[in-house]
Amino acid sequence: MDAQPQPMLEAEKGSSLGQDAWRRLRQNRAAVGGGGVLIVMLFLCVITPWMAPYSYEAQNLELGSVAPRQAHWLGTDQLGRDLLTRILYGGRVSFMVGFAATAVSLLIGVTYGALAGFLGGRTDSVMMRVVDILYTLPFTILVIILMVYLGRNLVLLFLAIGAVEWLTMARIVRGQVMSLRKKEFIEAAVVLGYSRRRILFRHLIPNSLGPIIVYCTLTIPQVMLLEAFLSFLGLGVQAPMSSWGLLIKEGVETMEDFPWLVVFPSIVLSLTLFSLNFLGDGLRDALDPRAGKD
Amino acid sequence: MSVLSVKDLRLRFHLRHGVVHAVDSVSFSIERGETVGIVGESGCGKSVTFLSLLGLIPSPPGRIESGTAHFNGRDLLRCTTGQLRAIRGRHIAMIFQDPMSALNPYLRVGTQVMEPLRLHPSCSRREAWSRAVTALQNVGIPDAERRMRAYPHQLSGGLRQRVMIAMAMITGPQLLIADEPTTALDVTVQAQVLAVIKKAQQETGAAVALITHDMGIVAGTCDRVLVMYAGRIVESAGTDAIFYRPRHPYTKALLETLPAAHQPGQPLLNVPGRPPDLLGEIRGCPFAPRCPHVVDACRETPVSLQPVGDDHASACLRVQAGEI
Amino acid sequence: MLRFVLRRLLEFVPVFFIIVTLTFFLIRLAPGGPFAAERAVPEEVLKRLNEYYNLDAPLYVQYFDYLRDLAHGDLGPSFKKPTLTVSEWIALRFPVSLELGLYALGVALLIGLAAGFLAALRPNTATDHVPMSLAMAGICIPNFVLGPLLVLVFALWLEWFPVAGWDLQQDKVLPSITLGAAYAAYVARLSRAGMLEMLAQDFVRTARAKGVSETGVVLRHALWGGMQPVVTFLGPAAAGLLTGSFVVETIFQVPGLGREFIQAAFNRDYTMIMGTVLFYAGLILLFNLIVDIVQAWLDPRVRLS
Repeated sequence: MDAQPQPMLEAEKGSSLGQDAWRRLRQNRAAVGGGGVLIVMLFLCVITPWMAPYSYEAQNLELGSVAPRQAHWLGTDQLGRDLLTRILYGGRVSFMVGFAATAVSLLIGVTYGALAGFLGGRTDSVMMRVVDILYTLPFTILVIILMVYLGRNLVLLFLAIGAVEWLTMARIVRGQVMSLRKKEFIEAAVVLGYSRRRILFRHLIPNSLGPIIVYCTLTIPQVMLLEAFLSFLGLGVQAPMSSWGLLIKEGVETMEDFPWLVVFPSIVLSLTLFSLNFLGDGLRDALDPRAGKD
Repeated sequence: MSVLSVKDLRLRFHLRHGVVHAVDSVSFSIERGETVGIVGESGCGKSVTFLSLLGLIPSPPGRIESGTAHFNGRDLLRCTTGQLRAIRGRHIAMIFQDPMSALNPYLRVGTQVMEPLRLHPSCSRREAWSRAVTALQNVGIPDAERRMRAYPHQLSGGLRQRVMIAMAMITGPQLLIADEPTTALDVTVQAQVLAVIKKAQQETGAAVALITHDMGIVAGTCDRVLVMYAGRIVESAGTDAIFYRPRHPYTKALLETLPAAHQPGQPLLNVPGRPPDLLGEIRGCPFAPRCPHVVDACRETPVSLQPVGDDHASACLRVQAGEI
Repeated sequence: MLRFVLRRLLEFVPVFFIIVTLTFFLIRLAPGGPFAAERAVPEEVLKRLNEYYNLDAPLYVQYFDYLRDLAHGDLGPSFKKPTLTVSEWIALRFPVSLELGLYALGVALLIGLAAGFLAALRPNTATDHVPMSLAMAGICIPNFVLGPLLVLVFALWLEWFPVAGWDLQQDKVLPSITLGAAYAAYVARLSRAGMLEMLAQDFVRTARAKGVSETGVVLRHALWGGMQPVVTFLGPAAAGLLTGSFVVETIFQVPGLGREFIQAAFNRDYTMIMGTVLFYAGLILLFNLIVDIVQAWLDPRVRLS
């Protein structure tokens, strides 16, 4: 082959899949709004330790449970800790759990699913049977037991939640890999004699990225919800640390007298979950227009 | 006297990225007891024309912009939904392309065949049942009593299409619209299904509008043919005239693609080029870009279907002018 | 069909075994024990207690003892609430959770199906957007947020319903809504999607061409298939309603099995935890099986193959 590479035609340059998806995403107002809220929220949570005038654990018993005022925009809790500061610190924990646990589930799920789909045959059917069986386990209950007995430890929380959430990811990735495996470019890679490892990591997984990203954005809110759920039951993050679930739990105890202590953390948590879900739905529609709306 | 007489029907789909001129100034009529073939490539508007008459086009985005469609002296396009519903199934029945998806997988065959009867004239369940069994027997379904209790997926494709026909004919409609009734079937089954339609038609005296893209089917079954292209009727004539004396370049091109017209050893032909995009208005003749006889006037002058012979109409300017 | 059920029942055996083993060792391997927390217990008494409950035996012996008892249907005594056995506690508490769960399921199906089908019949109009936005809210607002907010508004401010408890009929309103809301939201989304998919099917067009009215199209032709995703969802939903009741029972102080389980978990009441977990697991497996059967039965293509 000595043909010169053809100059790319204007039309062919066009838009890559990524650009196309990006354009569709920007047209989705709910998704853009969700993304905006998330960016602001993340930014505030990240800069809090340098910006906040209060510490998350500094108590000021003279100022116990004051309503929102100038010095404390969202009021203080019973021990006089600034609620806004605690919410932002709680956000750091909630987001951290959300991202870390999703990363754990991503790691396990993608590897497992890709292997099952790639190896195929009996190995695949055995591996997926295991997933089916694990699906029927009452995981919430097991996570609760895990948290009770192995101590309320953040790292463990990531692992426990991640270990629960990887199942769906494995199924999605396997489905993608199975369908990709039959495509010509994978067959070409096989014919070219590339190693299986290279085919798997350089070709199959990158081409399954769309659904993976979508499922990730939808997993993060689930994980944050699970963390909040555990903290609410007193099984997650412990005071004086802060997390949204914990703040809601504390707020509920005194809500008759100090409703703002439950209302503000609830709003922040719900708003974040809203944003993540809208962004996830938007990404799904943008990356796979055929997946339809449900 | 005509059962159905359509004049100047225009149907547009108002989509976000533009207006699709799906059906443009279509006029035709169907006489009692006759079989009219409506042929054209897929997407030329043959199905939507008839769906719109029955009010089965989702609206929005579809909108009927103009026209009249007289059926038994009543204008279908000006009927209320209730009036249309009373006509649908009872006076005008329809069968569809894919009998698998057109039958409800969740309901028994009997329930579905009886449904038109149960809806329209007051008819007891027992009477409906026996009439449905007869209807199934009439379309040549053996063991009809048992089939009544079967679900669609338990029947073969040919049997399912027969069920569709029985279901359509059970009320004795005056007009049967058959939308590609044989496209999804094996060639051997196609002939049987066409025969069943023919027989049912002879027994009830119904008129049949046979929508198809297959000229071969038209030749064996139809009395008259309407050739559609880009949402318009480009030629209308008796079947013999269409096959032996076509008066529109598009019809000629279509006929040349027939395998029967094909000389052994020569490559199979197709109509060169692609049908036009119906987004936006087409000035002039829509076939002009693909037409071997095109002249400048074709691209500019609006064309309409004009008589060019005895019971023969063509929408070609040059034919109308006697040039070809 | 029978073979299908039997095969599924057989599959339960290994799953159940995994759950028993996993739970058993998870609990036992952790530091502390049921009697470790009580300060005033003298060494001698603690030893006797441990002996009495066989807690001083090697772990594997305890495990096989437990399996043996379990095979006889014996879940053992409760360590912390010795007045009743674990089975008796479950028999006492579960009916309350079941009642709450059924009310919540009722709320979910009633509101969810109505909203979903309404939305599907008028897609992209206000009748679609309003219920679907509410559904999104239902999914995003967790029940431990919704519960307190409902209490705040309807119990504390408006005083329409009691704050907590489970005796009178009006006690049951807020917990049922709290537990059912998220499921109503899912049911709404699923039934809308299912219905829209059905309405786009060819056989719906056939029905219309036959002259079937819109009501008939929806009720006779589309409803059956449109319900399928909801039916599929009912399995996980039943499981979720059970585990979700942990929170709701805690918020509203409902004396159900969920609250009992959480308390047992905190108290390290080994037998109680094992008992409730196994009970829940059994229920969840059972629900999944029932859903599979119902789903197969709903679709003649599956039923008759």
